[in-house]
Amino acid sequence: MSASTFKLTLHIWRQKQRGARGEMKQYELDGVSGDMSFLEMLDVLNEKLITEKHPDGPVAFDHDCREGICGMCGVVVNGEAHGPQAGTTCCQLHMRTFEHGEHELWIEPWRADAFPVLKDLIVDRTAFDRIIQAGGYVSVHTGSAPDGNAIPIGKNEAELSMDAAACIGCGACVAACPNASAMLFTSAKVAQLALLPQGQPERFTRVKKMVAQMEKEGFGYCTNHKECEAVCPKEISVQFITQLNRDLLRASVRRD
Amino acid sequence: MTLDAKIPDGPIEKKWDNARFQMKLVNPANKRKHRVIVVGSGLAGGAAAASLGELGYNVDCFCYQDSPRRAHSIAAQGGINAAKNYQNDGDSVWRLFYDTVKGGDYRSREANVYRLAQLSVNIIDQCVAQGVPFAREYGGVLANRSFGGAQVSRTFYCRGQTGQQLLLGAYQALARQIAVGQVRMFPRSEMLDLVVVDGAARGIITRDMVSGKIEAHAADCVLLCTGGYGNIFYLSTNAKGCNVTASYRAFKRGALFANPCYTQIHPTCIPVHGEYQSKLTLMSESLRNDGRVWVPKEGVDPATKPTKIPEEQRDYYLERIYPAFGNLVPRDVASRAAKRMCDDGRGVGPTVGDQPRLGVYLDFADAISRLGEDKIRERYGNLFHMYERITAENPYHTPMRIYPAVHYTMGGLWVDYQLQSNLAGLFVGGEANFSDHGANRLGASALMQGLADGYFVLPYTVGNYLGATKLEAVETSHAAFGDALKDVEAKIDRLLEPEKKGKGTRSVDDFHRELGTQVMWEHCGMARNKEGLEKALERIPELREEFWSTVRVTGSAGSLNQQLEKAGRVADFLEFAEVMCLDALVRAESCGGHFREESQTPEGEAKRDDENFCHVAAWEFTGVGEKPTEHREALEFEHVKLTQRSYK
Ligand code: FES
Repeated sequence: MSASTFKLTLHIWRQKQRGARGEMKQYELDGVSGDMSFLEMLDVLNEKLITEKHPDGPVAFDHDCREGICGMCGVVVNGEAHGPQAGTTCCQLHMRTFEHGEHELWIEPWRADAFPVLKDLIVDRTAFDRIIQAGGYVSVHTGSAPDGNAIPIGKNEAELSMDAAACIGCGACVAACPNASAMLFTSAKVAQLALLPQGQPERFTRVKKMVAQMEKEGFGYCTNHKECEAVCPKEISVQFITQLNRDLLRASVRRD
Repeated sequence: MTLDAKIPDGPIEKKWDNARFQMKLVNPANKRKHRVIVVGSGLAGGAAAASLGELGYNVDCFCYQDSPRRAHSIAAQGGINAAKNYQNDGDSVWRLFYDTVKGGDYRSREANVYRLAQLSVNIIDQCVAQGVPFAREYGGVLANRSFGGAQVSRTFYCRGQTGQQLLLGAYQALARQIAVGQVRMFPRSEMLDLVVVDGAARGIITRDMVSGKIEAHAADCVLLCTGGYGNIFYLSTNAKGCNVTASYRAFKRGALFANPCYTQIHPTCIPVHGEYQSKLTLMSESLRNDGRVWVPKEGVDPATKPTKIPEEQRDYYLERIYPAFGNLVPRDVASRAAKRMCDDGRGVGPTVGDQPRLGVYLDFADAISRLGEDKIRERYGNLFHMYERITAENPYHTPMRIYPAVHYTMGGLWVDYQLQSNLAGLFVGGEANFSDHGANRLGASALMQGLADGYFVLPYTVGNYLGATKLEAVETSHAAFGDALKDVEAKIDRLLEPEKKGKGTRSVDDFHRELGTQVMWEHCGMARNKEGLEKALERIPELREEFWSTVRVTGSAGSLNQQLEKAGRVADFLEFAEVMCLDALVRAESCGGHFREESQTPEGEAKRDDENFCHVAAWEFTGVGEKPTEHREALEFEHVKLTQRSYK
């Protein structure tokens, strides 16, 4: 528990709407407590901008669960997606991280052609949904499932599959990648399903379709920078990218 | 109005079979002539939209998030119940049914609950087939754990992220239907009104949250799967966007609202740490399987470091008061016990504002010495991690601090056995309806109900309605849509008006905070009494007046405007709060999560009054600020004997 408070200088990307020109604006904020979450700090700033009738109005940012699970939040803080703390979404980042050190923060939206800015810090991430729509599922109708224990799955495979499935679809991987590639996101879903017996029948068509959609959306290629893994709040491993590439190669020599 | 639950004939085990057999079917060629609206994309809405799409209906699905994958179901941590009896420990459909009725403190409908228990087994199969990575044993079979209030191990889980994985399963099924054009998805869209034509729900009005455009959508029926209203308390474990607006606007159009006072307070949340706090974080109650709850005994300074307090100075009060269930007593019982400890001045942790210390310890030291730190990390690693992020304390070395917080609302729109409201063509699923949990929900049952409704109930009952009802074609050009559009636009103008006139002085959050923490939590929270509720009923209309004359909503209607979104939701909370308090006032008994101080046993436990309150209270809207009309559906218990709940 930190009792003292501190003062911050904030530089925040302000943009009225999609396609409009944006710019960094500066705001001073006093009374920041280390126990505040990063988003609570933005709440306090917004409350101030509203009560002071600041002409810029409150800062728009996406958020919902504030528990690090829905994947709705996401901003770049001082050049790092979700800020400096490893394995942490910006809703779970706490201001104590900034208590000792630079009291100046640069806050920007995800930057990628496939994620156009809608307003201030909010971007359009529906490209991710379309990648899943291209094949990120098992084609099974409601009601047609066999008993849950009919197919045994080894504990290790289940655990590894769960490691991949933990992705929250926030887009930090894209924001951090110099090529704005969506490879970590795509590979996590490909790998989750490829690791399970349920995912086998569509394994190779799935990987082809999802990668094709990823390219169509304007995401860049993966050239092994591994920045994605470093910023991923769920610490998804780049080994899944290796696995995707292996499956993609195998898919290219198959005839289905 | 008489409330007919339309419970099918026959013995309880056969009711759902009988109901399905009697249902009208829609032939495949006709299915594609129907359009169905689904509002909400969580477990109930996402599963229903996907399943209806698979059947061949045209589905329009709406959510306020930027993607259907983010609905608040995602935040459920602990698990999902199913009567599989894989552990051979005596579980059965009957036992799950019995536990749920008893856990709900005998305020739910037997027939609905039995169906829920029956369907629980199909859900697991369905999710496994979708590739949900449930925890497994070394032999490859599904793993189980026991969970809050149950003496058998029937809970299936994916680490501490079960809700996330089940939702992603439903989301992927939905994505498959979107890809083939069977479902049209409308993300960042908020439902602002229900359109009723000739007494039947025929469409909705939405606001596109990016462009601000108000739009009308017509269909043959409408499914609301829009979650609960816990955010009325401002601080709750709900996602920030959760709201009552869709349900409440349906209520204003004639749908009855049942048992609004039934709210669940979850015992294991991280305590409030500051005045700027925006939400509360839940720690899965699976933690209670291995953690022991305690406070310092009387006379010990509560500020002492917990690790410095010797064993004999600790009061493991749950184990002491409830020896049979100990730390695993149901949520309402555990929450009230924690409140009693803190009210007695034995709470721990920091003080915020002028409140007493509001926290109790949840200690893993015993479990760690018994099982080793690795085992505990494997079970709860992500939860411990989250706790440390928020509090900067390491729960492997010092006990966690927890306190109850609003988590779930059992009340919701009234529905019959078919999950249809009193308004024809309006179906309600998941937390948004009132039907299965009575006055208290058991742990790991929300996911079960959401998916049962979405995958296995609504696809049948919606089909039955469409097959059995002759519906005139209705387009959005119909006058009812025009009227609803005008209402919605007028309301938005009204929200912007004070600021335009230079009278806007208070932010939306400021109103919300006062309503939630000073009125609702204070008077309609963990414990309620007549005097407090009457006070709340006086204060709410005043606060509402102030809101409409001084709320400061900046920005315009025709753009992305988060203040405006919030203002609309808070405006509805300010009306709905009265219905909730009134229901709490009229229900003069204690039951489940509804604790009336006037109705308790000498030991301070909830005391039901079956003679006067063994019914569902369903409220009918009569005008803003007017007293709604109460309708009652009597509850009959043929299979579970009404007894005072005891966990001693
Ligand atoms: S708000 Fe949900 S992950 Fe941050």
